[in-house]
Amino acid sequence: MFTLDSKIPEGNLADKWKNHKANLKLVAPHNKRKLEILVVGTGLAGSSAAASLAELGYNVKVFTYHDSPRRAHSIAAQGGINAAKNYRNDGDSVERLFYDTIKGGDFRAREANVYRLAEVSVNIIDQCVAQGVPFAREYGGLLATRSFGGTQVMRTFYARGQTGQQLLLGAYSALSRQVGAGTAKLFPRTELLDIVVIDGVCKGIVVRNLVTGKIESHFGHAVLLCTGGYGNVYYLSTNAKNSNCTAIWRAHKRGAFFGNPCFVQVHPTCIPQTGDYQSKLTLMSESLRNDGRVWVPKQKGDKRPPNQIPEEERDYYLERRYPAFGNLVPRDVASRNAKYVCDEGRGVGETGQAVYLDFSDAIRRLGRDVIEQRYGNLFEMYEKITNENPYEVPMRIYPAVHYTMGGLWVDYNLMTTIPGLYALGEANFSDHGANRLGASALMQGLADGYFIIPYTIGDYLARVDFSKKGNTDHPAFKDAEKSATDRLRKLLDIKGKKTVDELHRQAGKILWDYCGITRNATDLKEALEKYRNIREEFWHQVNVPGTGEELNQSLEKANRVSDFLELGELMILDALHRNESCGCHLREEYMTEDGEAIRNDDEYCYVAAWEYKKDGTWDLHKEYLVFENVKLTQRSYK
Amino acid sequence: MSTIAKTAVFSTSIGKKLVMALTGIFLITFLIVHLSGNLLLLKGDNGEAFNAYARFMETSPLIRILELILAVGFLFHIVMGIRLALENRRARPIRYQVNKATENSTFYSRFMVWSGITVLFFLLLHLWNFFFQHRFLGLGAKETMYETVVRTFKEPIYSIVYIIAMVFLAFHLNHGFQSALQSSGLQINTNLGKRIKSIGMLFSIVICAGFTAIPLYFLIFT
Amino acid sequence: MATISVTLKVWRQKSRNDSGRFETYFAKDINTEMSFLEMLDVVNENLIREGKEPIAFEHDCREGICGSCGLYVNGRAHGPLKGTTICQVHMRSFKDGETIYVEPWRAKAFPIIKDLIVDRSAFDRIIQAGGFISVDTGSAVEANSIPIPKAIADLAFEAATCIGCGACVAACKNASAMLFVSAKVTHLALLPQGQAERYRRVIKMVEQMDAEGFGNCSNTGACEAECPKSISLTNIARLNREYLAARLVPRQYDN
Repeated sequence: MFTLDSKIPEGNLADKWKNHKANLKLVAPHNKRKLEILVVGTGLAGSSAAASLAELGYNVKVFTYHDSPRRAHSIAAQGGINAAKNYRNDGDSVERLFYDTIKGGDFRAREANVYRLAEVSVNIIDQCVAQGVPFAREYGGLLATRSFGGTQVMRTFYARGQTGQQLLLGAYSALSRQVGAGTAKLFPRTELLDIVVIDGVCKGIVVRNLVTGKIESHFGHAVLLCTGGYGNVYYLSTNAKNSNCTAIWRAHKRGAFFGNPCFVQVHPTCIPQTGDYQSKLTLMSESLRNDGRVWVPKQKGDKRPPNQIPEEERDYYLERRYPAFGNLVPRDVASRNAKYVCDEGRGVGETGQAVYLDFSDAIRRLGRDVIEQRYGNLFEMYEKITNENPYEVPMRIYPAVHYTMGGLWVDYNLMTTIPGLYALGEANFSDHGANRLGASALMQGLADGYFIIPYTIGDYLARVDFSKKGNTDHPAFKDAEKSATDRLRKLLDIKGKKTVDELHRQAGKILWDYCGITRNATDLKEALEKYRNIREEFWHQVNVPGTGEELNQSLEKANRVSDFLELGELMILDALHRNESCGCHLREEYMTEDGEAIRNDDEYCYVAAWEYKKDGTWDLHKEYLVFENVKLTQRSYK
Repeated sequence: MSTIAKTAVFSTSIGKKLVMALTGIFLITFLIVHLSGNLLLLKGDNGEAFNAYARFMETSPLIRILELILAVGFLFHIVMGIRLALENRRARPIRYQVNKATENSTFYSRFMVWSGITVLFFLLLHLWNFFFQHRFLGLGAKETMYETVVRTFKEPIYSIVYIIAMVFLAFHLNHGFQSALQSSGLQINTNLGKRIKSIGMLFSIVICAGFTAIPLYFLIFT
Repeated sequence: MATISVTLKVWRQKSRNDSGRFETYFAKDINTEMSFLEMLDVVNENLIREGKEPIAFEHDCREGICGSCGLYVNGRAHGPLKGTTICQVHMRSFKDGETIYVEPWRAKAFPIIKDLIVDRSAFDRIIQAGGFISVDTGSAVEANSIPIPKAIADLAFEAATCIGCGACVAACKNASAMLFVSAKVTHLALLPQGQAERYRRVIKMVEQMDAEGFGNCSNTGACEAECPKSISLTNIARLNREYLAARLVPRQYDN
């Protein structure tokens, strides 16, 4: 039986990374150019890794299914990026950021990884500023920070409501510089279909040129999957339409373990769905909860316009239930409570699947100007989408799938269980445990790409044989190409009656209803059955028009959804096996009388790493988490 | 910076625009001089001052040199303008089926090449009437410049053509003025840009009104 | 909820070398709360059910930030609304019974790949030519050692909000890329970090821009008016100034 080795270095928590770096093997400069690294995905993690590795002198190839690296979905992050700079003199430190992140993840992440993340957070800001990322500044010309997601220190750096865009453009420009210099080669409109494993070691990838449909292989001494999260398994999420799990899922099926697949963050402040045609959900930065008050009518089915509901008939349920944190409770708590009140029939709007986020008090207290200054662009965005003016009418919000903490299991070096295959950013099971703090996703993506992989990959590459130039002659490449081609052919040949979106929507709804904000064993078992049926139906009923030898968006979509339909099952199994409530994962059987989560540290203080078996089942491996520096506490926001 | 390959500056897109801007500004200064001279026509002295001015323009060696420079300025402006227009057409080989350009730009900014060509045709006619015939065909010996002006403007058709040309010139100037300052990089902020636009509009109106006053004066008052 | 029906005239073109033509589609009973792209989704679903090929169009985030989408709708880049990408335009902006023309960006430098999808890699090549600050990972100085006046930082930020969608090129009568290039040049030229490569950058980016076959700017302002992020024309003035300063002012190292 395979044992998971997380390769956490010895020593004190604060010295682990330092010691590790000192012990890592190095590759000499003249040898670096003989080593080929394939980077898949060009979001924050991918672009920053590709740029940094090319700067080091490695031979880098970069793949993205977008037309340009700059389109990756990191671009949509709004709020900000955390860093333990302590510019505000408000008591922040690496230790505090570490602790907040570990606690925010409900003690389901590795201490050593999280500490390292907090440590390098400060370098990220330096690097980004040097690249010209236009962070917000004070009049004195120094960087501005704000408090985000209820933290008690102001450690979040931001660029108005577009931090992700500015950070990605920074990484994109660094990557572009390398492409221009010829050290990195860019393959846009190219999608990964499989990874190639030879003698248990990752040696390359199979990709499809999305314009010509041509399937081809690339050799690599190491492969980095920086392909983001899988939130679109739910069909509706805040992810971009093309975000998918294909890269990590195909890697999983080739032997990479999948960590904590059921850990999915649902973001409480999104614009609610308006109809079945809805193609995606738009997130509104949760900074809105700093000044907005969340409420629903006390009466069920109260259909009066919000302004006609008198104060005493409103239920500010977050303030009522969590007097200490009020509207600033963490994302999972806010989401869950929104679901409860809507399930009670007190939801608002046409669908009844929404709660109010009301700024009238804040406007009265601070004046419209201040509110406009703080949230102007968000209010504008809301009005654009809903045609309602949030200065006058309360916003309607509802939770939506936002971020997946789960992903490919990686060790401390970010390597998956397949040697030579790495996973960075949201694609790995990550440092966020069972729940991610606001403004930490950007931090993790860039930490992995700029400051971790450039060190750890050398240790692996120093051991590989690079005397001969790599090639794709090995039969494993042909086999992988063939299996990828066959799968596409199969999809094209079904010629059924249903569209990809139709089936994806149905499957997503099952997950959302049974494996969403709250879960229970009975529902999950039912979901498993239903979900498998949908997958069955997909492979018999889907209709994919066109051919494989052209730009075919339906085929791309079908191929991605076929993977989602397998991943969804694993998510349900994972949710079913974890008999506790932790972080985003709320099992209704494990709740206190007043609806708070009960975590089970005795039995479930581990990372669930799932191994794919050839017969389509999974083996569970457990990486037990050892906490030597923090005391496990029950989160309380009362 | 010797390490980077560079195209000759006036062959680059921005260089070409600078040529348009500089020659345009130069032609604008010519228009000011030309109009101030021509306004002598309205002095009511039966052309005495104007004729003196015309004689100076015809005989001064300095003006002769400036004339050549002016001709070169026109030539550059015209040739480069047409070249740019052709290049710009090639940048969009297939045009839109539906294009609502009125929603995003003014018509005079889009029709610079046409207003320019209109003014060019007028310029040729104008040169024939007031320059070639006088200078090279011996008309100068038969009548004074003032007499030529009076005779020409008494013809309503010419006057109308003249006024129409001046309106086109105004459109050309209205965009050209601010465009020249934009191309040479002077509109550093939006406020300044707005002011430049207003000045340009005022200027084009003054030029158009000034020149138009002349045929109107002769048509109506003489 | 209100519904409308519209007629679509959509540009269909199988591949880069195909000649292409307009096809007519009817979108019936469209909920006005739908986004324009969701309406196209519905049309596509119906096309697939009828055994026809759906309309290919580029899109991703559908929240106006990734810059993937770009359609010339009824004669306007990104449709009828100002400062809005087409993914954020909703059907309430259209009238019942309206005929809507949907065309791809048209520019020599943006060749059509399929239907409404064009190749905008020219933008990437312009950035690759010089749209960056050369700072290797790890060599950055402490962030707060570079103070930047807020007003300058704000201006740089405004320029940096460009999403690279290409609407400026699409709307420009000359298919010029000056607004795109000027936004990046401005962003980096304003910041102290960008000074070392200031002149080199602008020269290289303009060289690449010209090589890609974009038209010349004639200052009509259509780009600014149609830009979904309202990038200012003053950036183009700055680009001109930066470029002319780089090319025309003699420097001691010019040999």
